[in-house]
Amino acid sequence: MQTQSLTMPVNAPEEHAGHDAAATQALGFWIYLMSDLIVFSGLFATYVVMAHNYAGGPTGKELFHLPDALLETLLLLCGSAVFGLAMVAMHKGDKRLVLAGLAAAFLLGLGFLSMEASEFQHMIRAGAGPQRSGFLSAFFTLVGAHGLHVAFGMFWMVVMMVQMAAKGLTGPVQSRLMRLGMFWHFLDIVWIGLFSVVYLMGVL
Amino acid sequence: MFGKLTLSAIPYHDPIPMGAVYGSLLLGMTILSLITYFKKWPYLWKEWLTSVDHKKIGIMYIILAMVMLLRGFSDAIMMRAQQAIALGSSQGFLPPDHFNQVFSVHGMIMILFMAMPFLSGLMNIVVPQQIGARDVAFPFLNAVSLWLSVAGALLVMVSLGVGEFSRAGWSGYTPLSEQAFSPDTGVDYWIWSLQISGVGSLLTGINFLVTILKMRAPGMTLMRMPLFTWTAAFTTVLIIFAFPVLTVALSLLTLDRYCGMHFFTNDLGGNTMMYINLFWTWGHPEVYIVILPAFGIFSEVVATFSRKKLFGYGSLVYATAAIMFLSFSVWVHHFFTMGTSANVNIFFGISTMLIAIPTGVKIFNWLFTMYRGRVRVATPLLWTLGFLSTFAVGGLTGVLLSMPPADYVLHNSLFLIAHFHNMLVPGVLFGFMAGYAYWFPKAIGFRLNATWGKLSFWFWLTGFYLAFIPLYILGFMGMPRRMQHFDNPAWHPYLIIAALGTFFILCGIGCMLLQLLVSIRDRHATRDVTGDPWDGRTLEWLTSSPPAAYNFAVIPTVQDRDAFWDMKETGTAYRKPDRYVDIAMPRNTVYGLAIGGLAFLFGFAMIWYIWWLALVSFLGVIAVVLARTADDDTQEVIPAAEVERIEALRRGGA
Amino acid sequence: MKRKFSFLLVMLAFPCVVLLLQGCSDLILFNPKGPIGDSEKSIIIVAFLLMLVVVIPVIIMTLWIPFKYRASNIKARYDPEWSYSNKIELTMWLIPFAIVLILSTILWRETHRLDPYLPIASEANPLNVEVVSLDWKWLFIYPEQNVAVVNQFVFPVKTPLSFKITSDTVMTSFYIPQLGSQIYAMAGMQTRLHLMADEQGEYTGQNQQFSGAGFPKMTFNAKATSQGEFDSWVQHVKQSPNTLDFARLEELRKPGTSDAAIYFSSITPGLFEHIVTKYDPMARNVHGPGETAHPAHGK
Repeated sequence: MQTQSLTMPVNAPEEHAGHDAAATQALGFWIYLMSDLIVFSGLFATYVVMAHNYAGGPTGKELFHLPDALLETLLLLCGSAVFGLAMVAMHKGDKRLVLAGLAAAFLLGLGFLSMEASEFQHMIRAGAGPQRSGFLSAFFTLVGAHGLHVAFGMFWMVVMMVQMAAKGLTGPVQSRLMRLGMFWHFLDIVWIGLFSVVYLMGVL
Repeated sequence: MFGKLTLSAIPYHDPIPMGAVYGSLLLGMTILSLITYFKKWPYLWKEWLTSVDHKKIGIMYIILAMVMLLRGFSDAIMMRAQQAIALGSSQGFLPPDHFNQVFSVHGMIMILFMAMPFLSGLMNIVVPQQIGARDVAFPFLNAVSLWLSVAGALLVMVSLGVGEFSRAGWSGYTPLSEQAFSPDTGVDYWIWSLQISGVGSLLTGINFLVTILKMRAPGMTLMRMPLFTWTAAFTTVLIIFAFPVLTVALSLLTLDRYCGMHFFTNDLGGNTMMYINLFWTWGHPEVYIVILPAFGIFSEVVATFSRKKLFGYGSLVYATAAIMFLSFSVWVHHFFTMGTSANVNIFFGISTMLIAIPTGVKIFNWLFTMYRGRVRVATPLLWTLGFLSTFAVGGLTGVLLSMPPADYVLHNSLFLIAHFHNMLVPGVLFGFMAGYAYWFPKAIGFRLNATWGKLSFWFWLTGFYLAFIPLYILGFMGMPRRMQHFDNPAWHPYLIIAALGTFFILCGIGCMLLQLLVSIRDRHATRDVTGDPWDGRTLEWLTSSPPAAYNFAVIPTVQDRDAFWDMKETGTAYRKPDRYVDIAMPRNTVYGLAIGGLAFLFGFAMIWYIWWLALVSFLGVIAVVLARTADDDTQEVIPAAEVERIEALRRGGA
Repeated sequence: MKRKFSFLLVMLAFPCVVLLLQGCSDLILFNPKGPIGDSEKSIIIVAFLLMLVVVIPVIIMTLWIPFKYRASNIKARYDPEWSYSNKIELTMWLIPFAIVLILSTILWRETHRLDPYLPIASEANPLNVEVVSLDWKWLFIYPEQNVAVVNQFVFPVKTPLSFKITSDTVMTSFYIPQLGSQIYAMAGMQTRLHLMADEQGEYTGQNQQFSGAGFPKMTFNAKATSQGEFDSWVQHVKQSPNTLDFARLEELRKPGTSDAAIYFSSITPGLFEHIVTKYDPMARNVHGPGETAHPAHGK
């Protein structure tokens, strides 16, 4: 900090401002994530209220396949772990390892989404699509909303890989990677809730 | 190619909407021609449309709010006029189809496109200055928020001339708002304008919370913040927690309408009560979102115009915090009559009454601020006095309604309408009018004419009583709300008085417009040269009027509450700094406007099922965001010499 | 300032004068004809009076304080730093809290006592009525008398009325203001309401929840008669050539209003239950979508 004159401080130097900017962005993003959590809470509440509104149609017990759900969980958890490793690499300044980590997380996410798409497709073919009953509308929307977030996260990963290739691990790029990491871990936590409330409680 | 849209969507045969359409088009053309004639496009583009300056964004928000006030009020006039004549064999001039759209759009505009932009505008202009900051935490997102709000408002306005608006009320209760009962585009206009502007509101909430937490001047601890900043902070918390729930409610209804799902339909397992719970979980905090900033304004005004410290600063802060928390625990009082058990109704009735306590505490704090002060009844304080006396009546009727058995006979009657207008008009609207009168000189640089301002107030106050006291009485006479026509002659005299009240309010609005014209005409004589026209107490009065882009040449250090008053007392307010530094400010950008425009197209496309346009505009938004993140050059530096020059000019003019 | 005082007083007095001239009998909520409405009226009055304890001082202070401490009144005491007082703080939290405490006690007791689902204690046998809201008319089914009526509800005085209410359209609110509480009518659900009339007379019944284009006309005639008159009215209804079966119900479901009452001399058994359960969200092992016209299965 530079010297003060009278009672009025002077503006802080450049790097301080940069660090402040990253912290501010992280806080803003964190608050946004909390608002997203409220969206999911609303969807969860709706699902729980409508969990038995089968309208004469199929129930969760008949539809859900727990081994698949477990595999999806593992794919997401590994994706989070891999992303975490990528963040360690980022702090070390190892751009290639970050790219590799992001690519791995992307592939794991892709695996998750394909399994989910396949599950949806089977259900729709069997006449258990979202238009069949309130329960199924709630199921497809809750799980689908999560899936959409995952897809968006994967898109963001691609954008970051492009930015890293073009600009390197600059301050803004690192700040964005941190936020992407927060996003990705957040989706993991939501999935744990989903797995428990929807799949486990639906079947057991 | 055009989805559901055909030329028959334009209501050629309806004189009232067509009159409004022609009028708007004429007005729009006139304004565009004038701008072109005076060659103001470059100025408009550079200084306003691409600006990310919080002060300019704030002014644009308030312009939006004022325009929408006129639109929402014309709906009010139509409703009162219709109800004043539609007795017995007379069907009035608004068939049910139209009347039902009018009351739906009136409520939606007043809350979402008048109150929300107004408070966003005031927060934008004032909060960064009050905390001694140069801008908000995320200036680009700030611009995006503004243009998303404009996009939403534009969709509502377009519904007048292309298609129709929702007939399901501002609350869109299911299953009436479902496809089966509302197959036309009306509900879709309502959904998309709400969703789009809702994103803007959420971003504003996040932006201002981070700004207040992270960007206060050195020495400004939380308990030294001005009350308006405190209430702004609580408002942002409410926004962040509440708006996502609205997003859910609207999205699920959208899925029902567009994809045939069954969240809230009657058949195949829908649960209508879930919509109502979700909607009001947002809806109740929403009314606190609009009133808390007004409470903040009253705090500032009452202290400044009593030349006295605010009474009970601590209890004002804690009371507001209590209101913020409690506002999430009362939502069932909007549907006591939906058949829940007595115990559930009791819980929510008591929690509703509890909110009255901190609110009452605030009123006493304001009264005791004036006590033993030196009170000048300038226009802002006049609005505050009108609020203090009239709002209490609304609080009384609120406590009354919070008793479930009383609500069983008063729910959805005109008594309810009178109650919530009794909170919103003296509370929210008078508060924003006070804030408008108070901060206009700061934002624009010259004062508003006081005579026309005070006249406007008296018309509004009289008009309010004439328009709404009869509605309380009509509630006791059993008249429900939203009636396009009625058969009971006993109701008639009161509806006529209510219509007369609306006429008085119209005069009040006329005075506001005249005030603006007269003030602009007299602006050279009433210029605010000091930046402190009211002998203010808080930091925004330290800057010039209007402030320089960077607000403060040197960020002040705060020693006490009422930071500016303290600086004036200790003689440190206007000291010339021994040196200036370069100041980095965010650059202008077209991307905010672009996102708003694309969002409007997206909304319009979704409403009319023009899928290719929806996809293109959605991808366009993504593209703009990507372009923005790729841009590393988003700041520009104002050199120290330039800062020195601006400050010297200010000093020279003082 | 004195001008402002008198102006304000005139403003407040004006509606009161109009009110007095009009006569209070039109304020039907203050002229209830049954015990439920009567209790509710008392609650309104008590809450109103208790709140005046806060509201009147506030209004007086709002007018008096700025007047006394106006800047031109240099004789008034000026204390620019005085911004806290324990006594005032305590008072302004405690008095509203006390009022809320009193009101909460009343609220708790009365909400239980006036629960719409609670039958009214009486020596007389209750009259069971089933109500269905349609677009835009009310269907009343008397299961024990095996008759049904559209837009007219006749019932004996001093007899507890036990309503089962549902909707075969959007959400509406069943309300007879002069008797007391309203309650929502919702499809796929059954709400309950209990009312009673102490006096014979004709009262307006209405829908209190906006439900579309025909909403203003969705009123019905509620008539409290003597037991004898009620019995002969039922006989009169039984003379009607109309019967209410599923086909006739489908016709009634078509959007439209009904100025005159329609009488049905008999009803297909289980009609009301069918309307309630046809939207049943939790039905299991029922045929798929498209099923509407069959009676409810044994449940």
